[in-house]
Amino acid sequence: MYRVKIHVTLKKSVMDPQGATIQSALESLGYQGVQNVRMGKYVELDLAQKDRGGAEKQIDEMCDRLLSNPVIEKYAYDLEELK
Amino acid sequence: MKWGIVTFPGSNCDYDCHYVLKDVLKEDAVYLWHKDRDLKGCDVIVLPGGFSYGDYLRCGAIARFAPVMEEIVRFAKNGGIVLGICNGFQILTEAGLLPGALIRNKSLQFICRDVHLKVENRDSLFTRCIGKGVIRAPIAHGEGCYHADDDLLERIEGEGCVAFRYSSPDGRVIEEENPNGARNNIAGILSFDRRVLGMMPHPERCCEPILNNTDGLSIFLSIADKSRG
Repeated sequence: MYRVKIHVTLKKSVMDPQGATIQSALESLGYQGVQNVRMGKYVELDLAQKDRGGAEKQIDEMCDRLLSNPVIEKYAYDLEELK
Repeated sequence: MKWGIVTFPGSNCDYDCHYVLKDVLKEDAVYLWHKDRDLKGCDVIVLPGGFSYGDYLRCGAIARFAPVMEEIVRFAKNGGIVLGICNGFQILTEAGLLPGALIRNKSLQFICRDVHLKVENRDSLFTRCIGKGVIRAPIAHGEGCYHADDDLLERIEGEGCVAFRYSSPDGRVIEEENPNGARNNIAGILSFDRRVLGMMPHPERCCEPILNNTDGLSIFLSIADKSRG
């Protein structure tokens, strides 16, 4: 069993008005030096798979088909084995 | 011509489309449920606006895996005619029947107002009866900003797949008339084989004189004429 933590983010080439708005909000609160704010999504799930390779294969497939839209988004994930 | 209007959980323009087709245009129109696997012999499929599956994850991301969508993808690949309006447009891009994607409006606001649309392609089966260069129609969306990367955009433009662009009333395509930040002011696109149209504006909401606008009718009439001819 694995705990999977998936981050889905917009590709660099895709406009991110949410990120820009958050950045200007942080600036208006007086925080200095905040740059390149990008808003993304976080998905956490547990996966009943015996080995890491099988888990990664399934996660890649799930991300490509549903959890991200490859036209506009990319994803990255961490795997943690649950004892 | 038989029209099938798909109802997903969260669709809210399905009745409007059915009303326009059945009561205004006197066409044969039926509802299709998202769990249906039978398209009931329909010649045209309409994916209406709304918030299918609550817009969870991404607009249209869950709807594209509905049982009825498997059949619609097959139908479209065999040359079937499909019209996606607003959320229907989003579903078509998620399903890969139209290129690109629709993302959050640049302003981050939900926009509900009339816009003018320059009709870029008047030869398609969806636009052939539009008698003028600019039409007016309402938009109502929070995620209607059309996105395609540079290469894809070049192909879409090069192959003349842009159907409608946000414009001024006299047809000038300028940034000031772009409500949502869409690339190249794109409001509606055709598939590369010209059998599928997706558009963010709602033609079904402007089909009767009592609404002070009948511009939307010409899109449905364009499609209907195809089978009569």
